[in-house]
Amino acid sequence: MASVILVRYGEIGLKGKNRPAFERRLVENVRRALGSGAGAAVRNEYGRIVVDFGEAEAVPGWALDRIRSVFGVVSVSPAASVELSLEAAREKAAALVEERLKSAAGPLRFKVETKRSNKRFPLTSPEMNARLGSFLLRRFPLLEVDVHRPDFVLHVEVREKAIYLYTEILAGPGGLPVGSSSTGLLLLSGGIDSPVAGWLAMKRGIRVQAVHYHSFPFTSDRSKEKVIDLAAVLSRYSPEPVPLYVVNFTPAQTAIRQHAPAAMVITLMRRMMLRIAERLAKERGIPALITGESVGQVASQTLESMAAINEVTSMPILRPLVTMDKAEIIELAERIGTYEISILPYADCCTVFVPEHPETKPKLEAVRRAEERLAIQELVEEAVATVERIEPAALALR
Amino acid sequence: MTEVYLDNAATTRALPSVVEAVSRALAHAYGNPSSLHRKGMEAEAILKEARGLLARILDVSAGEIVFTSGGTESNALAIKGTAYARRRRGRHLVTTRIEHSSVLSAFRDLEAEGFSVTYLPVDREGRVDPADVRAAVSDETTLVSVMMVNNEIGTVQPIGAIARAAREKRPDVVVHVDAVQALGVMPVRPKELGVDLVSVSGHKIHGPKGVGALYVRKGLQIQPLFGKGSQEGGLRSGTENVPGIAGFGAALRALAEETGEERERLRSLRERLITELLEIEGARLNGARGEGAAPHIANFSFPGVRGEVLVHALEERSVYVSTGSACTSRTVAVSHVLKALGLPEEALESSIRISLSKLTTEDEIAFAVAAIKDAVASLRRMLSRR
Repeated sequence: MASVILVRYGEIGLKGKNRPAFERRLVENVRRALGSGAGAAVRNEYGRIVVDFGEAEAVPGWALDRIRSVFGVVSVSPAASVELSLEAAREKAAALVEERLKSAAGPLRFKVETKRSNKRFPLTSPEMNARLGSFLLRRFPLLEVDVHRPDFVLHVEVREKAIYLYTEILAGPGGLPVGSSSTGLLLLSGGIDSPVAGWLAMKRGIRVQAVHYHSFPFTSDRSKEKVIDLAAVLSRYSPEPVPLYVVNFTPAQTAIRQHAPAAMVITLMRRMMLRIAERLAKERGIPALITGESVGQVASQTLESMAAINEVTSMPILRPLVTMDKAEIIELAERIGTYEISILPYADCCTVFVPEHPETKPKLEAVRRAEERLAIQELVEEAVATVERIEPAALALR
Repeated sequence: MTEVYLDNAATTRALPSVVEAVSRALAHAYGNPSSLHRKGMEAEAILKEARGLLARILDVSAGEIVFTSGGTESNALAIKGTAYARRRRGRHLVTTRIEHSSVLSAFRDLEAEGFSVTYLPVDREGRVDPADVRAAVSDETTLVSVMMVNNEIGTVQPIGAIARAAREKRPDVVVHVDAVQALGVMPVRPKELGVDLVSVSGHKIHGPKGVGALYVRKGLQIQPLFGKGSQEGGLRSGTENVPGIAGFGAALRALAEETGEERERLRSLRERLITELLEIEGARLNGARGEGAAPHIANFSFPGVRGEVLVHALEERSVYVSTGSACTSRTVAVSHVLKALGLPEEALESSIRISLSKLTTEDEIAFAVAAIKDAVASLRRMLSRR
């Protein structure tokens, strides 16, 4: 008898030759999500992962929660594993049903669903269903069988070395295990959107690193702390902490403000941020950038504006939120756990310098002309040279 | 100079003797003052000593001192305690527009419960006119609450005249004074002022945070905020904060040993600060100069430079000051005090508060003035357009 969590994965099972690599990645990510002190063995077993807690009475709730936040996991079931015998299965089934009935108000309808992959087991699946079903009906007068609309299903899986029994299937986040795709550099502000963009990129297996533009003294160290906290929350969804690069953006920002027309400040700032991000990414062998832009959300996020900003780099820019509504983004932010941090009222570096009426359709010609008065290369060099890396270890402790 | 701390109106650094007293109380006098045995008496002796010191400084009797968790609780106890105790005599209360947020929030709570509150205006220097107090008090009025020294601009209110004006209309009106920023920098004597309730706090006079007191005139009935315990004359139930009160006591002892010279020294530092900072182009002093202001708080505006940005620029230069109006995202949360002075928009957004203490030195003021001049000039350069 043992308590286990059965972890199912979907999409990665389809990936042909890459499949073993994906599976190894997911097993590793589940292991890391649990941490070293979990006291659980994690193994891959015929297209699913089994997290084995040994003799433990039940699987701990926190472990279930952590595994349910690992990308690539489609669903999980807390289950009991018993030896290959009808006797053992009956005994455990009775315990599970008793648990169910305890929290129920009245009679419960149920059915038994057996899957037998171990063909040496003497009973077929329909036979197991019938034997276990009638045993439970005799034992619990409050049970009724209903194969069409059951209140719960007792799942029985007869495997090579054990029988698994469970009644719950809980959804995971889906997606691909982080690290199965390459790395992207996330432009992380203190706002609501960019952490969600990072999370969605992770969902497709992308390993995320983050860059933040800090403009002390125009923004305070508290706003930087806030971004560090956001990176720490994102790190929970990643097998390793999300490294955070903090760029001193003050020189670039003041140069832009001094030399550019007020309406164009935002466009030029964003172009500068992308240039710096591209340099940081290239130096680290990162092939793509990620931003939290969403079409039309603010004046600077029109298609014209995106085009004017995008022009400075040939690197792909992933915009996972591009067609999402603010309400959808907020809902995700709340679910991920970044919303409460994002709404803290410290000014981030965009807000201090925002003009009343930013240009919504910047013309490339005019943008280039405005930049002629700036020492672009030097400002990029200076920013890249003074970048501060916030140690992932510091993030892990939060 | 490693750092210059000029945010003493926010909180002060504890004196070494305070640290010592707190630590000693935690380690040795750990008994409960209510216990019958010797350990209880040791702790009780600490309370007694601190209570006696505060009574001597305020020139009142020890039985009129109630220890609390600080200025906020003292204010709430005074205001709500009076309003509730006298709700049958009337449901009108008088205060000013420039009170500390803890006072204003107590009044807002009472408004929500059906009391009506008059918020008196102030003049350009932040002073309340006693004639306005007289006009506001009616037959329904049970309480007048006015702060002695404003925490943002340092303006001193004519408390004696205000109390007299209030009583002309209604002799039995209760007068409360929030003296949290006054204790330590000027005489606070309730009986001379003719007031019934006075709030003070430990951490504004180099004592620990989390401890304060309320003077309650003998014979005045107020309602406790919670429970009706046996401690603090039934006004404040819960085991007393012995280590905090020990530290408060040590700070009070240091205060009692001070001479008038210290206050003169502070006043001249403030004058120097004002004279030199007003040399900056466009600079203005918000509040009063000379005797009309407390010697330790001065509020300035440097138009064109946001207060919050200047605070951070000064922090970079190891000088710590405050801002009244905090900029959050695109909106500026404007200080209700500066607004009440009727300042123009740009002065509102560009204000900083500099507050001194007895630990502040002449050299520190010189260092801070140089840093402020440098920071304002460099920020103005950064924010200019070419």
